[in-house]
Formats: sequence, structure tokens, C-alpha cells
Amino acid sequence: MAAGKEIRTKIGSVKNTQKITKAMEMVAASKMRKAQDRMRSARPYADKMRNVVAHVAHANTEYKHPYLIDREVKRIGVIIVTTDRGLCGGLNGNLFRKALRQFQQWENEGKELDLSIIGNKGIAFFNRIGGNLIGSTNQIGDTPSLEDLIGTVGIMLDAYNDGKVDRVYIIYNTFVNSMTQSADIEQLVPLVPAETDDMSHHWDYIYESGTNDVMEQLLTRYIESLVYQSVVENIACEQAARMVAMKSASDNAGKLIDELQLVYNKARQAAITQELSEIVGGAAAV
Amino acid sequence: MPIHVDIVSAEREIFSGTAEMVFAPAVLGEVGIAPGHTPLLTQLGPGEVRLKFEDGSEEGFYVSGGVLEVQPKVVTILSDTAERAEDLDEAAVLKAKEAAEAALHNQEGSIDYALARSELAETVAQIQTIQRLRRRAGGGRG
Repeated sequence: MAAGKEIRTKIGSVKNTQKITKAMEMVAASKMRKAQDRMRSARPYADKMRNVVAHVAHANTEYKHPYLIDREVKRIGVIIVTTDRGLCGGLNGNLFRKALRQFQQWENEGKELDLSIIGNKGIAFFNRIGGNLIGSTNQIGDTPSLEDLIGTVGIMLDAYNDGKVDRVYIIYNTFVNSMTQSADIEQLVPLVPAETDDMSHHWDYIYESGTNDVMEQLLTRYIESLVYQSVVENIACEQAARMVAMKSASDNAGKLIDELQLVYNKARQAAITQELSEIVGGAAAV
Repeated sequence: MPIHVDIVSAEREIFSGTAEMVFAPAVLGEVGIAPGHTPLLTQLGPGEVRLKFEDGSEEGFYVSGGVLEVQPKVVTILSDTAERAEDLDEAAVLKAKEAAEAALHNQEGSIDYALARSELAETVAQIQTIQRLRRRAGGGRG
């Protein structure tokens, strides 16, 4: 029964793995719900901000902030949002594939790239394949705060202000539903003006502390909030992808256990049969 | 005639409702906003935003800075989540830069697309192989 013991040990170890993947699945499910809540609670700020920015951009025509002016593109800055941890299916892989396809297109057009990366997985990936990394943030955890992202965003905005990059994009995963996430590329700077309905009548604000200062602060905060939202959304995607991956891992472990059990039973029966026939053969010989 | 007040930060909605009057710590001094105020846009300093309600009660919210937008019937306060100052922001930028430098052993300017493609293709191939093996194993034993 040596083979039998081996199979029993194997079944035990697969069962242990299954316990872990089941636990991870449940943890991911509850974290996903929380991340979705955060996604929702970040929305009012972005909405309000978008309205104010649109008003200012329309009302105030004599001054145009650099973040609203399209200029000739020679260098492109890209903020890439990835996860800190693995075991979340093809989430990061899909994102990289989409990003690289776009990068290559830009490079064929003669544009150069500067990267700023959020998340360990992205840092590791671009560390292997190269790329001009100018800023990075990792270990943002499950509950990111805006302050964690100020540096990564600031570095891009500084580069934009200094004329080192002429356009800034962000690449992240958008949460479609818990089964589907899709990698998306969006333009951050210059801001694509949002269309609001009541722009026909012209009026302007009173600016208490100077138009430029207010605009500068508004637009910077707006861009930060957009990045924050992308990061929160990416976390929701990470948890959803992990939940699905762990569910299929648990299912596979279950299948494997069934198969091993079958092999074990067969081996046991074979051993019993052999023993019986030996006894019977022995008795006949005597 | 009350005004609608929204206080929001990037991470959550702090207050949404109606009030009789709003007091906010603008950078040039505290402002009081009554209904029908002319459109105003100003930066806020750290301090307390106070709301006076119709029944005479008051409620205060601490903001560390942000932007106040006033329209005749709506007041929006876009609050910062933390103390923001130029040098603090600069420190954050430096930190991100240092993190990038520390993370990179392979500071090449250009992306090695061939390597990237082969690496990504490898993952796909692995997954496909596993699926094929599983199908075969399932079929053989079934």
C-alpha cells in the first residue's frame, strides 16, 4: 500500500491548497465590494470639479491655462496603473499588451516616451524590458489615499510645465463588471474639455485670489482626482480578477481531488484483490 | 430661500444639503455666502467651514484647503484631503523620482519590444498548454 499512502498525502496537500484559494476568493470578493464603494464615493468630487472647470474654461476666454492648450507632440508622458500583487489572472498582462501596442505606434510616429508607474507589477515589468521611467509609486495598499499619488502625478505635471512632455496619458483597467475588466488609455493633459449643457449664456466668476492661481489649483486637483479614480478603479478590477482566478483555482483543485480519489480507490482495490488471490493461491498449493 | 451646499473631497462626499448661510475660510479672509450671491471662485485656506441652517443650528467642517465655487443657488466646496503646500508637493515628487531610480537597475532609454512580446507570449503559451493538458486529462479519464 505504498502507492496508496503517497496518493493520500497528495490529496491532503491539494486540499490544503484548495482551502487557501477558497479563502483568497472570499477575501477578494469582500475587498472588491469595498473598492467599488470607494469608486462610487470618489465620483461626486470629480463630477463637481468637471462642472467648475468647464464653466471656467468657457467663461474665461482671455486667459488660457497651459493644461487646456494643445501643442505639437514630440514627447509623451504616460502614467501606468498596475497592481502591487500578482495572482489576479491576466489583468496586468492585458494592460501591458495594450500599452505596448500603443507605445509602438507612438514610436513609429517618432514620439518619445516618459513613464511614471504605479504598482509593483508595472515597475518589475518595465524594469525588465526597459523604458524611460521618471517616477514610480508602489505599496499603495487596498485603500489608497490621494496623498500617495501626488508625487507620481506631480512629476508628470512638472514635466509638462517644463515642456519636457507635450501630452500625458493614463493607462488603467476599467471596471465593467466583476467578470469583465478592460484596459483603457485616456488623455489627461491637455484636458479634453467636458461638454456641459448650459454653455450658451456667458457669465464669469469673481476671482478673489487671481484667475491664474485658482485655475492652477483647480486643474491640478482635477487631474489628481482623475488619477485617484483610475487607481481606485484599478483596485476594484484587481480584486474582481483575483476573485475569478481563485474561484477557478478552487474548482480545479476540486477536480484534481476527485481524480486522485479515483486513482486511490483503484489502487486500494487492486491491492486487496492481489492479497486475496495470493491467499487463495497459497491455500490451493497446501 | 436656502442655498444648496455640496462639500466634497476627492475620496468622499462630506456634506450635501441645504443651508441658510455658508461661512468659509478663503485665503484673503473669511467669506460669508448668503443666497443669491454673485458667482465667485476662490481658494480656501485651512480652517472651518460653517453652515447655518434654517432652524438656526450650525454645523462645522474642517477643511485643510481647497476651492470654493459660488453660484446664486449652489455653493460647492472642493476640499483637499490633506495639508497641501508647495514644498510638501515637491517632496512627494522627489520621493516618486527616487522610488523610480531605486527600482531601476536597467535604465535603458528605449523599450525592448521584442523582449516584451516574447515575455507576454510566454504567459499566453503557458495558459494554453495548461488548458490543453487539462482537456486531454479530462477526456482520457472520463
